[in-house]
Amino acid sequence: MSDSKNSPGFFRQSRIVARRDLKRESRHGEILLVTLPFGGIALLLVPLAIGTDTETLHRIGPGMFWVIVMLFGVFGAVRQSNAETSSQHDLVALIGLDPAAVFIGQATATFLLLVVFEVVLGVAAIVMYDLTPVGWGVLVAVVLLVAVGLSLLGTLAAGIASSSRSATALVPLLVAPMSVPLLLGATQSHEAIRLGRSSLAWVLMMTIIVLLLAVVGVLSARTIQEI
Amino acid sequence: MTVHFRTMSGSMTLVDLKKVSVRAGAVRILDDVTVTIAAGEAVGIRGLNGSGKTTLLRLLATLHPLSGGSGAVLGADLDTSDKYDVRCAIGYIGHQPGLYPELTLLENLSFVARSRGLTESDARESLRMVGLEGAIDRRAGHTSHGMQRRAEFARLLMTQPTLLLLDEPHSALDADAVELVDGLVDRTLDRGGAAVLVSHQPDRLESLVGRTYEIRGGTLR
Repeated sequence: MSDSKNSPGFFRQSRIVARRDLKRESRHGEILLVTLPFGGIALLLVPLAIGTDTETLHRIGPGMFWVIVMLFGVFGAVRQSNAETSSQHDLVALIGLDPAAVFIGQATATFLLLVVFEVVLGVAAIVMYDLTPVGWGVLVAVVLLVAVGLSLLGTLAAGIASSSRSATALVPLLVAPMSVPLLLGATQSHEAIRLGRSSLAWVLMMTIIVLLLAVVGVLSARTIQEI
Repeated sequence: MTVHFRTMSGSMTLVDLKKVSVRAGAVRILDDVTVTIAAGEAVGIRGLNGSGKTTLLRLLATLHPLSGGSGAVLGADLDTSDKYDVRCAIGYIGHQPGLYPELTLLENLSFVARSRGLTESDARESLRMVGLEGAIDRRAGHTSHGMQRRAEFARLLMTQPTLLLLDEPHSALDADAVELVDGLVDRTLDRGGAAVLVSHQPDRLESLVGRTYEIRGGTLR
């Protein structure tokens, strides 16, 4: 039955891995059934903690949204570090998949989950904080860039930490500080639009970070797999 | 690039380890291991827990780096990136099942099948061959250890590796499944492959292998 002549190409391999991860997520629902509700609760707790003054919520709402997305998005990375046992890791190493394709596939699955996460929390933030979204084009770009950046960062960190017994603690420690430029880019883009300034520089910075993470992830995938 | 070479008897050498050692920090797990395995050969490794059996098997699977000596598996030098090219031809079953508990048995095997350019019907057929046709839609995490083992044998039947590496293949198996292990080894040898079976139950190995080594303190005897 074995026929390596029909081996799938790079992007098909990535799709196979992403599909596997999404199927697994759909069964245990760690991001959508656990992390997402907690993110929603965090959004709800902010007005309770600082008061329900509409003007204050208007002012800090977008920033709080991005902080919560970043903090809870890190759980997406933790999900991956917990997701693979050593025997599953061995299986993937021996199955013949390109480690770079595996990296892209895992990051793609996390990206899709994070987009859903951001959109649901975003709608919740608009309703709870009575926000009026401005600059839709930039907003969509920033949502996508944050999701791509966090998923790449998470996949990279999970790979590095996978051989460590302390991966669950290590991954957030790796991802959280490195996601600060993304947080800065997301909040400052919004602020620039609100003040009628161009947000291009911030979006560009986020794009460069994302591209760098993708290149580092793809180039180091084999090395990380062998750790 | 992988280059197979022949022994003096003319058969192709699939495993060639020379004075291999493996260390974990200051601890020597394998020491001065020299072994050659030719195509069509099945070799047994027995030894006590912690003697280095699993490390040897993982080394042969190219999953563990050498600390000293030299080695080649399926013609690929274990010290170079050539080893990645031969991984597709290695079938390894370790202590823990290489299955995703959230996925059904069919989904698990389909993942492997698609990764290898095979189809879901190949996965289905392999599960049928190991007697799991009635359990294909059960999540792997909800099946017994014996069924998980069978599913792993199904994976090897489907991927048809040249080098078969089985760690305690008989554990948790009923009599029918023990025959599956025999069949799997026979098929591999018939295709011109080789098999290495690790067990701490010598009687299980005898009927399957041509020669048996004992591993003690990381050294083959």
